[in-house]
Amino acid sequence: MAELYIHIPFCVRKCLYCDFCSFPADRDMQENYVRALCEELVFSGEERCSASLSSVFIGGGTPSSLPAEHIITVMKCVREHFDVSDDAEITIECNPGTVDADKLHAYAEAGINRISFGLQSADDVELKTLGRIHTYDDFLNSYRLAAEAGFSNINVDLMSGIPGQSLSSWESTLRKTCSLDPVPAHISAYSLIVEEETPFGEMMKDGRLDVPDEDLDREMYHMTSRILSEYGYSRYEISNYALDGHECRHNVGYWTGVPYYGAGLDASSYYGDARYANTDDIISYIKDPVVGHFQIEKLGMQDLMSEFMILGLRMIKGVSAGEFSKRFSRDLFDVYASQIEKHVKEGLLVTEDGNVFLSERGLDLANHVMQSFI
Amino acid sequence: MDKSLIRNFCIVAHIDHGKSTLADRIIEKTGLLTAREMQEQVLDNMDLERERGITIKSQAVRTVYKANDGKEYIFNLIDTPGHVDFNYEVSRSLAACDGAILVVDAAQGVEAQTLANVYLALDHDLDVFPVINKIDLPSAEPQRVKDEIEDVIGIEAQDAPLISAKNGIGIDDVLEAIVNRIPAPKGDENAPLSALIFDSLYDSYKGVIVFVRVMNGTVKKGTSIKMMATGACEEVVEVGYFGAGRFIPCDELSAGMVGYITASIKTLSETAVGDTVTEADNPCSEPLPGYKKVQPVVYCGVYPADSAKYEDLKEALEKLQLNDASLFYEPETSLALGFGFRCGFLGLLHLDIIQERLEREYDLDLVTTAPSVVYKVYKTDGTVIDLTNPSNLPDPSEIDYMEEPIVNAEIMVTKDFVGSIMELCQQRRGRYISMEYIEAGRALIKYELPLNEIIYDFFDALKSRSRGYASFDYDLKGYEKSSLVKLDILINKEQVDALSFIVHSDSAYERGRRMCEKLKDEIPRHLFEIPIQACVGGRVIARETVKAMRKDVLAKCYGGDITRKKKLLEKQKEGKKRMRQVGNVEIPQSAFMSVLKLDDDN
Repeated sequence: MAELYIHIPFCVRKCLYCDFCSFPADRDMQENYVRALCEELVFSGEERCSASLSSVFIGGGTPSSLPAEHIITVMKCVREHFDVSDDAEITIECNPGTVDADKLHAYAEAGINRISFGLQSADDVELKTLGRIHTYDDFLNSYRLAAEAGFSNINVDLMSGIPGQSLSSWESTLRKTCSLDPVPAHISAYSLIVEEETPFGEMMKDGRLDVPDEDLDREMYHMTSRILSEYGYSRYEISNYALDGHECRHNVGYWTGVPYYGAGLDASSYYGDARYANTDDIISYIKDPVVGHFQIEKLGMQDLMSEFMILGLRMIKGVSAGEFSKRFSRDLFDVYASQIEKHVKEGLLVTEDGNVFLSERGLDLANHVMQSFI
Repeated sequence: MDKSLIRNFCIVAHIDHGKSTLADRIIEKTGLLTAREMQEQVLDNMDLERERGITIKSQAVRTVYKANDGKEYIFNLIDTPGHVDFNYEVSRSLAACDGAILVVDAAQGVEAQTLANVYLALDHDLDVFPVINKIDLPSAEPQRVKDEIEDVIGIEAQDAPLISAKNGIGIDDVLEAIVNRIPAPKGDENAPLSALIFDSLYDSYKGVIVFVRVMNGTVKKGTSIKMMATGACEEVVEVGYFGAGRFIPCDELSAGMVGYITASIKTLSETAVGDTVTEADNPCSEPLPGYKKVQPVVYCGVYPADSAKYEDLKEALEKLQLNDASLFYEPETSLALGFGFRCGFLGLLHLDIIQERLEREYDLDLVTTAPSVVYKVYKTDGTVIDLTNPSNLPDPSEIDYMEEPIVNAEIMVTKDFVGSIMELCQQRRGRYISMEYIEAGRALIKYELPLNEIIYDFFDALKSRSRGYASFDYDLKGYEKSSLVKLDILINKEQVDALSFIVHSDSAYERGRRMCEKLKDEIPRHLFEIPIQACVGGRVIARETVKAMRKDVLAKCYGGDITRKKKLLEKQKEGKKRMRQVGNVEIPQSAFMSVLKLDDDN
């Protein structure tokens, strides 16, 4: 079993907080890129990946900013050169305002069965603060069109800790999202991370960014799980919530060590106990998309165990000793005895029936715990 | 050796007035060195000295000058350190001379150190003649400066050579003036040997090399010598004089000459600066005047940032001490910082220089504790302790009273800043002595100030309050009774010994409050709340709290992020490793330094 990630580095305009590999591009660049991407997909499908794909994720940037035919081409290429399971989860990220009925129908026809909308906020002022290109109404329209095109598995990305955001506006964003018709199957609720190399990072440095203080941030964060659970969503990862059975299979794969193949600019892959990264220079990528795939990290036993812990602990159910011993033929409570003891004593970790997971407070202080496993 | 052809002299100046540059020009013009051999500043041979523009250790150089009268003169130029920390060394260097050149900047005029140095030279009965330097600057006012020298210092200045040492203007006049205005040495080569030690250095081949000025008698290879103060006796292995940058052996040194002696001496402590060298079998009747044992005035704890480097630090200190007998150190242990050393220095500059050399030349990362002066603690049982480490203060019930060192400070400043400078001195518990206008627009202010008020940042405060115009000099006056208390810092209820210091009771509250504020910013949030308290005699006088950490989590971590996020966690973890553990609190090393900068926000 393996997963495929496809990166579309284009967007209409870069948001003020975004540190992903994305930028606006003209038609020629888009076409050249898609041609290169398919070349890499052919190579990866034929030479690198022999497992069948349990999920495909087209992320960005804003994949939906491309004309629909490009996505159709890419999906066709994937099906021709990879073994895609019949029940594979196939997701595309869309930004409100960049899709219409035709595009969404085309996605459905191409076999895409999950849509992820980047809404971030139901408050237009907050959307503007973030530098988003759409309004809440644009989202409602796009969401309705997606439902009409037959998509029932839809995720909505939300963001807390936006500059100027209040507790009540966050609550309102959450409640509006949970009351959509049809209800979204999945909600990702992130607390804003201000990255250094972004306009927000610059503003932060100059003291011009009015982000909620730590106390308010935590209040929002804690409110998130409380409100979402009212509507039947369970938290299954630090920032992810889903209705029963609708956890994002692709992302769960990342946290449980499923091998993944990344295609496209700056995409990462993980297979054969090593991690790889593609170039982030679009000119070289287009010139030679296959050679761009180079190893950045060879993972030894220690690294693999360590990643098992720090990724696994992101999930609410944590890690299982059974799975650990199956994977590494070692006893989890033996290998990490002192770390587990320390954090259990601090009240940050809980052990129960051979599982180890973060406590409520541990989820807030996950880094502190994870550092011990590095 | 014909004494009438010898000139032993030094150059005195305020910092940056061009002393070292003039020395370079004199060496160059007297021709012992070719231009190719000339380093930019020959006398300052340590990199550090060159970068700071100051001379740390006194050195000497011998050159030969063919004067206008057709005779060849031997010039012994003895370089003197230009900072108050090294006042005693300066005084011994001056005692080795017969005259001095006073360099005054043609634009800046007379400054506090000009005065201090010239008075010191006059105290040693040296003939002083002035030269006006930097006359090619647009802002040069040679006539005003000449008048000022006459008015303020009271030495004749109208025929002072007008020079630019940097551009080689007027140097010949200086050379002739050395011949004509500096007296030849006196002394009797047949009298019993007496030679003044004005410096010494350690050489791994020759052992200690002793720099001397022979006052009377003669010393040569095989002479049995005795150091009169330390009592050390050795047989002379070699005598010689100072070529630029090297030692040139000669047959003998006789009265009036300046040179060096080696005698397989192992440690500098046997050859104290200011001591008298005499012949063991035929000693002079009494030692040369002015010898004193140099005592450190500022102490601080020096610890390796990485406790595994303790041995490296020890070795580095041993090596530094070989060439710097005034550096004092002894092992000490701190609960917070582990194993390290309590080091004693001649002053803050000396401390700075040693710290920098340890870090630069020996590649050590250091944590230093707040510098402290030496307090005298009079105990109720009648004994007296010299307190160099605040942690060693006896229980208050055993203390009768305490004394602190006081300095005489002279500050020279233009009249616009007199008010703010006096305010600063008042704040620092200064006692006003006098103020005089030394010329239109400039004042010399005299204060008595407690040494512990000036060792942190007084000089910086002075500069900022006078836009850089104030100049400052001080010397130790003595000890005075004072109301002193020990300020302790408790972090999470545990006393951190390395953060304790002695403070005047009137400033205890203010210091304590600032200390807590500063530490609050320095100590990262932990899983639990951390109280920071400042205490005097067990009573809390200030308190701050580092709130418990509420959030330390990465919101996102997907496939493309894992490597980067792992690095982030590793970096966080590394950061914690470099901290010092006190109880269950991790304190960054910068916190220990931050207490030195309490007055930043003034």
